[in-house]
Amino acid sequence: MSGKSFFVDLSTCTACRGCQVACKQWKKLPAEHTRNVGSHQNPQDLSSKTIRLVRFNEARDEDGKFRWLFFPEQCRHCIEPPCKYIANMYTLGSVIQDEKTGAVIMTDKAVIRKGKLEGWEMCPYNVPRQDKDTGLWSKCDMCIDRVEMGMLPACVQSCPTGTMNFGDRADMLKLAKERLAEVKKTNPNAYLADPDDVRVIYLCETKPENYHENVVASADQRRTLMAGVSPSKTSRRGFLTALKNKA
Amino acid sequence: MTNHWNDLQNSDCILIMGSNAAENHPISFKWAVKAQKRGAKIIHVDPRFTRTSARSDAYIPLRSGTDIAVLGGMINYIIKNKRYFHKYMVEYTNSSFIVGKDFDFKDGLFSGFDSKTNSYDKSKWAFELDDKGIPKQDKTLQDPNCVFQILKKHYSRYTPEKVSSISGVSVKDLELLYNTYTATGKKDKAGTIMYAMGWTQHTVGVQNIRAMAMIQLMLGNIGIAGGGVNALRGECNVQGSTDYALLYHILPGYLKTPLAGQDTLEQYNNTYTPKSNDPESANWWQHYPKYSASLIKAMYSEDTPEQGYQYLPRLDNHKASVYSWIPLIDHMYEGKFSGGLIWGMNPACSSSDSVKTRKAISKLDWMVNVNLFQCETSDFWKGPDMDPEKVKTETFFIPCASAIEKEGSVSNSGRWMQWRYKGPEVFGDVMTDGHYFHEIWEELKHLYEKEGGVYPEPITHLSFENMCEENEHGHMEFSARKTAKLCNGWFTRDVEVKGKKFKKGQQVPSFAYLQADGSTTSGNWLYCNSVSDTENKAMRHDASQTKEQANIGLFPNWTWCWPVNRRILYNRASVDEKGQPWAPKKAVIKWNGSKWVGDVPDGGWKPGTKHPFIMRKNGFGQLFGPGRADGPLPEYYEPLECPVKTHPFSKTLHNPTAVQVEGEEKAVCDPRYPFVGTTYRITEHWQTGSMTRWQDWLVEAEPQMFVEISPELAKLRGIENGEKVTVESVRGSLWAIAMVTERIQPYNINGTDVHMVGMPWHYGWVTPINGGDSANIVTPNVGDPNTGIPEYKAFMVNIRKWKEGDN
Repeated sequence: MSGKSFFVDLSTCTACRGCQVACKQWKKLPAEHTRNVGSHQNPQDLSSKTIRLVRFNEARDEDGKFRWLFFPEQCRHCIEPPCKYIANMYTLGSVIQDEKTGAVIMTDKAVIRKGKLEGWEMCPYNVPRQDKDTGLWSKCDMCIDRVEMGMLPACVQSCPTGTMNFGDRADMLKLAKERLAEVKKTNPNAYLADPDDVRVIYLCETKPENYHENVVASADQRRTLMAGVSPSKTSRRGFLTALKNKA
Repeated sequence: MTNHWNDLQNSDCILIMGSNAAENHPISFKWAVKAQKRGAKIIHVDPRFTRTSARSDAYIPLRSGTDIAVLGGMINYIIKNKRYFHKYMVEYTNSSFIVGKDFDFKDGLFSGFDSKTNSYDKSKWAFELDDKGIPKQDKTLQDPNCVFQILKKHYSRYTPEKVSSISGVSVKDLELLYNTYTATGKKDKAGTIMYAMGWTQHTVGVQNIRAMAMIQLMLGNIGIAGGGVNALRGECNVQGSTDYALLYHILPGYLKTPLAGQDTLEQYNNTYTPKSNDPESANWWQHYPKYSASLIKAMYSEDTPEQGYQYLPRLDNHKASVYSWIPLIDHMYEGKFSGGLIWGMNPACSSSDSVKTRKAISKLDWMVNVNLFQCETSDFWKGPDMDPEKVKTETFFIPCASAIEKEGSVSNSGRWMQWRYKGPEVFGDVMTDGHYFHEIWEELKHLYEKEGGVYPEPITHLSFENMCEENEHGHMEFSARKTAKLCNGWFTRDVEVKGKKFKKGQQVPSFAYLQADGSTTSGNWLYCNSVSDTENKAMRHDASQTKEQANIGLFPNWTWCWPVNRRILYNRASVDEKGQPWAPKKAVIKWNGSKWVGDVPDGGWKPGTKHPFIMRKNGFGQLFGPGRADGPLPEYYEPLECPVKTHPFSKTLHNPTAVQVEGEEKAVCDPRYPFVGTTYRITEHWQTGSMTRWQDWLVEAEPQMFVEISPELAKLRGIENGEKVTVESVRGSLWAIAMVTERIQPYNINGTDVHMVGMPWHYGWVTPINGGDSANIVTPNVGDPNTGIPEYKAFMVNIRKWKEGDN
């Protein structure tokens, strides 16, 4: 499998939010009006104006150790992206996949009548968001314009600690596996989140729900997605193949 | 920093104490994480669990202001368990020096204390000298008056139980900290400290750092790769501003501000030029007269150094209690100034006791604020509790070029002088600070020439053209490049030095060539060697390095570093008497039989011929430091506002020499203000927020003034997470949004729960709307006796639910 991938090493993230701001800067996305609601995380959720968000969570891990967890959330650029098949059923050309990089891109055609589709209905990670006014769906596009010019995505460029890595998929997978082996020496609970299915591979130090509800694609979510299209299929790959065939 | 940012990667144990490095120095964690990936341990000791704690191997909470208890306990642990690096401590520190008979310590006070002036006669702490005038030593460390024995006695009082009872750190955590960190006392192990304002902003700020410097000396951690004492500078150029003396008591290059009574340059030089009779002591400050003469010559090129000296202003003394920030604002408040230039700062939010500070500004007849944007200082006259009709101050706001709209150098924490080029053009008629200063000087000179005045020469003789170049209109204007050349310095006439001939106008190659006779200029002797005849080394971006340099991540051709491009200070302490590194795998310098390889050595003398601490008169690292205002050894004192009536180390509750303003009330065990308050910064905002609060993406991430409290305190006061609350102290009150978090826990102080209330100080009423106001509304006017820095980190407050009518 070729193309590009991210490796996101959550064991080194300091939540400086350089990536959150760099994303908005490159994408020229406006700030949302926020208020402090008793958490350092802001905005509170992804939106059409915030396609990358550093989530902050306080939790106890499997060993009862207190942790302050940071989860820079973004589109995972699935190898087989459900959003591509589902959104394109509503409006053809809404989502395209870049052949060279594998980037999953929502185009300016991704305008779907409001109320017709929810983010979780097309994405196992519930990442895409719809602009309330225009009906346009959007999410991270891997900074495809930068990548085509040989530059790193803005979030990776801004990262001071080596949390955000980007490169050829094979290199990223290798890096991820090596780093996982290292982290596991002191933390046997560490794991990679859905490394075979996505191009944004997170190294996590504690159970997924401690970070956020959609760190890994949940079985429930997957079932829901499948129910909408092909109830008889049970495997992700089968489901996607079915979708493909349908399309 | 004795070392530099990249060098953190070489450490085996990184202690982060008095700092929230991951949040306030994000790039430092690039290097800290590299060390951690290599197997180094990161320990964070802090009143709060922060983003730094989240990435550390161990987090240890302590009550704000109790660092000396914890560090004193570490010194005790090192001595009791013999964790010191014996040879280094004996040979390279003053552990063996014999302290004179006048030294004494009783119940929290050192000998020489004068209770009328609250100051010490430091001559009581002098070392005993032999008949040659060299300090007496006992290298067996057995003499009861030797420094090591004095240390042993002094810190034996700092038992884990006592330390724990006052700091709130559990005995178990103390053992973890002490055992892990002092393991770096082995000769091939390196421990480093990353500290910032969490240590300096206390009435014992300097002694916090002294205590750690002593630990580093005992463990042999100074001069080595991955070691050192590393002050993380919060502002990209604060190192530069200190080097260039943006302070009352020093001139550029850490030369002393002249005092009244020092009538001649000779008298001045004699006062500040240390003399050592030990041929093995390099005593580098013996060259003081060359540096002072070159600075004066840079300022007054047409005069002799002796005449130019007469133009320098004099102070009455160097006391922080008289000239530093707190007394300055107090004088302003008392109406003793008629006007003020408030330049590149926003004291209406940054100064302790903002309410008093804002009133103080209103006592001025006129005030000029030079800043990027309007802020709480420029607009103070229409701020909270101000009636614009009644404010007499004529106020001017002058916008200036931002850092990216001009060129010049910045010196980072690691002392690297790095050139920055101009990016976008300035907006409209806005100019750089340098241009404004030049225009002010031109106008002053013009007025003196036209109207005369008392003693005009200090202005009219000033050689400002040394920092100017002719522009396209034929006018002289400020030039950063020319200024950089002057900071290095040039020869003022044809001269021969050390057998080399130099022409008038040639750049001085390094400070070893500076002269006391007026034949050289140098705006800052430490920067001599930075700009040669052919290049400005701050502009270098060459990553080439030798194999020895690559081994410890040194890039000597990447920009330039003071002094003389030495990247790790005191590096002669990293080798033995034969010049061989203690840690061969991480060698900083090494004598190869004929020359030094690696970093630029701290003096090129052959190994074993000079004591390594060349900036100290005697050449030794100072475990016993008789130069500070508050004692030769760090001693535990409570913050000036504190939650206890006593502490276990003496009956002297507070630092008796601390800076304070007579008559100002303080809350000590005051039931109205039962909680410890502290202030800090966050990644998303910068200082008072006068730049970042105009930046939408940053305001989006951190939109409002908040206060972090523990769930226990929230329950005690009936406060819900996300609710608006009021924080109040003796001085004032403000609102904030409560953030109730397990990251903050009550401290067990002598069996009682002591709660902490933590706030950022980035907000102000000008913008954003509903952003809140400065945390400094509640901070006190008390400060460190050496530096005058206010005690922003520990004071007493109350917190309660906000109600209608509150601020």
